[in-house]
Amino acid sequence: MNILVCISSVPDTTSKINFTENNTKFDCSGIQFVINPYDEFGLTKSIMIKESIGGKVTVITVGDASVEPVIRKALAIGADDAVRVNMDPNDSFSVANEISEYIKQNSFDLIITGRESIDYNGGAVSGMISEMTNLPLVNACIGLEIEGNSAKLVREIDGGKEMITSPLPMVIGGQKGLVLENELRIPNMRGIMQARTKPLSVVEPTGNIMYTTSVSFAKPEEKAGCKFVDASNVSDLVDLLHNEAKVI
Amino acid sequence: MSVLVYTESWGGNFRKSTFEAVSYASETAKILGTNVVALSLEDVSDEELVKLGSYGASKVVSIPSVNKGDSQSASKIIAELSTDASVIVFSGTHTARMITPRLSVKLAAACITNVISLTESSEITIKRKSFSTKAIEIIKSNTEKTILSISPNSFGLIENQMDCLIERSDFIEKGSLIFEGQETASGKISISEAEIVVSAGRGLKGPENWGMIEELADVLGAATACSKPVSDIGWRPHSEHVGQTGKPVTADLYIAIGISGAIQHLAGVNSSKVMVAINTDPEAPFFKAADYGIIGDAFEVVPKLIQEIKKFKN
Ligand SMILES: Cc1cc2nc3c(=O)[nH]c(=O)nc-3n(C[C@H](O)[C@H](O)[C@H](O)COP(=O)(O)OP(=O)(O)OC[C@H]3O[C@@H](n4cnc5c(N)ncnc54)[C@H](O)[C@@H]3O)c2cc1C
Ligand SMILES: Nc1ncnc2c1ncn2[C@@H]1O[C@H](COP(=O)(O)O)[C@@H](O)[C@H]1O
Repeated sequence: MNILVCISSVPDTTSKINFTENNTKFDCSGIQFVINPYDEFGLTKSIMIKESIGGKVTVITVGDASVEPVIRKALAIGADDAVRVNMDPNDSFSVANEISEYIKQNSFDLIITGRESIDYNGGAVSGMISEMTNLPLVNACIGLEIEGNSAKLVREIDGGKEMITSPLPMVIGGQKGLVLENELRIPNMRGIMQARTKPLSVVEPTGNIMYTTSVSFAKPEEKAGCKFVDASNVSDLVDLLHNEAKVI
Repeated sequence: MSVLVYTESWGGNFRKSTFEAVSYASETAKILGTNVVALSLEDVSDEELVKLGSYGASKVVSIPSVNKGDSQSASKIIAELSTDASVIVFSGTHTARMITPRLSVKLAAACITNVISLTESSEITIKRKSFSTKAIEIIKSNTEKTILSISPNSFGLIENQMDCLIERSDFIEKGSLIFEGQETASGKISISEAEIVVSAGRGLKGPENWGMIEELADVLGAATACSKPVSDIGWRPHSEHVGQTGKPVTADLYIAIGISGAIQHLAGVNSSKVMVAINTDPEAPFFKAADYGIIGDAFEVVPKLIQEIKKFKN
């Protein structure tokens, strides 16, 4: 099994989000970048598949040199090699386009992305890759078993789940359920040492065609503050929710 | 020119998020000076289809022969019907998240997700949620056609009665996925569409204590949810995990019981309109984000709250 795992480098989940240059650029100062949490499930799953039936796990990230520590972490967790497409990821289409170009030039049995990135939250890269490479797609994937030339999958739907069989190769957008939280791998010392010498190739972008332009950012409005209700007067809360907040 | 809107049903009835998407499409059509065409890919009765007219659709195209989870076929048929459309509207369901990016590539159209506002003008410029609701981005479409996927419950329903023409047709092509069946989640109301969500965390001590949470949800007609550790330890199903790495919540009312209010939890729920926190710890960070708070023991407060709401409902 030749597996490609797409990894987005995102601000750590505890990060406070700020913007600079007239609210047009994300302020990276003091921010720790991590593997997008959704991508970790796919990375771990692909390593498990490799361990059980053999194969190779490649990770790909579209980004400038600053994303390399995150790529090295993926290698330390157990990926075999890595590719960085040297481009600022400003738009889902351009990111998907670069990844698809790489897929067309190499051959993979399985392409795994995360359900969405926790910074851009586009949830679009996996679908765009599947269309550009003309492969089947299962997003919000919460179960995956490889059986020969096909995959048995479970996807989350609004209101339940759906069981699907797909031929390989295919594209998956993964999330928790692909593996469980406690199965996630953390890099150990040996992994970190090995990651230093694993291949990380840098390729130049082919196009960078953007379908959208980011104009500016704003922070959501701050709340007015919390109104406290005494634990012995719970009926006051019902009153407030009905008469003041008008939500019940 | 027209605005095309994609609809979704569950058990033969349109989802509330679909009526919201149609309302949104209809307001967009007013800005663009055009009309709304709705598309249904499921088995939906004529009586149900005409309901789309109440929210501003002047035509409905029904093609029940496509499996909507087969994004290859669904995006193909939508692309064929989009020749005349300048804007194509979806509600951001899991299924829409598979179809919209494929359609974007097929039509060379920008795909903007998590949308929370109408376009400012006929040049599509829109507000969307980003950084897991920690920020709002203003984004512009660079393409002739634009696909907009709206964040459920962020726009609301707007009635706008239209005479609605129904057109039925078929589509025989199939993609390569084989659908083996579906399983319905235990919760009666889906978190993404619920107006009220009752959510509980590790403060509840164990799965055996969720009876009162379910009862509170029941009397409020709410969906149940939980914090991440609660689903990680298996007290509740993963489908209830909300927050930055779980499901997003955009309810009118979010009640958090025994949840500390970690930044990752808040990031996924704080676009709810009103938030209530019930927690023994006056220093719990949730109180900084909540609109209303009760400092107290959930095991005492929640049963009282159930009683009070029952009284109120009568
Ligand atoms: C990468 C990453 C992603 C994450 N994503 C998410 C996410 O999506 N969603 C999420 O929820 N978390 C997420 N987390 C976890 C998050 O950081 C917190 O650990 C988690 O939200 C805490 O859950 P909790 O509030 O249920 O538990 P705790 O933090 O243990 O809080 C329990 C609360 O209950 C209160 N309490 C105790 N007894 C009672 C009582 N009898 N009555 C009332 N209150 C009581 C306590 O005062 C406390 O405030 C993530 C963490 C990481 C690292
Ligand atoms: N810059 C990037 N490089 C590699 N993969 C990416 C990048 N951005 C997004 N992805 C992948 O696409 C998924 C969905 O991202 P998005 O569409 O931005 O929400 C992520 O979970 C990643 O797997």
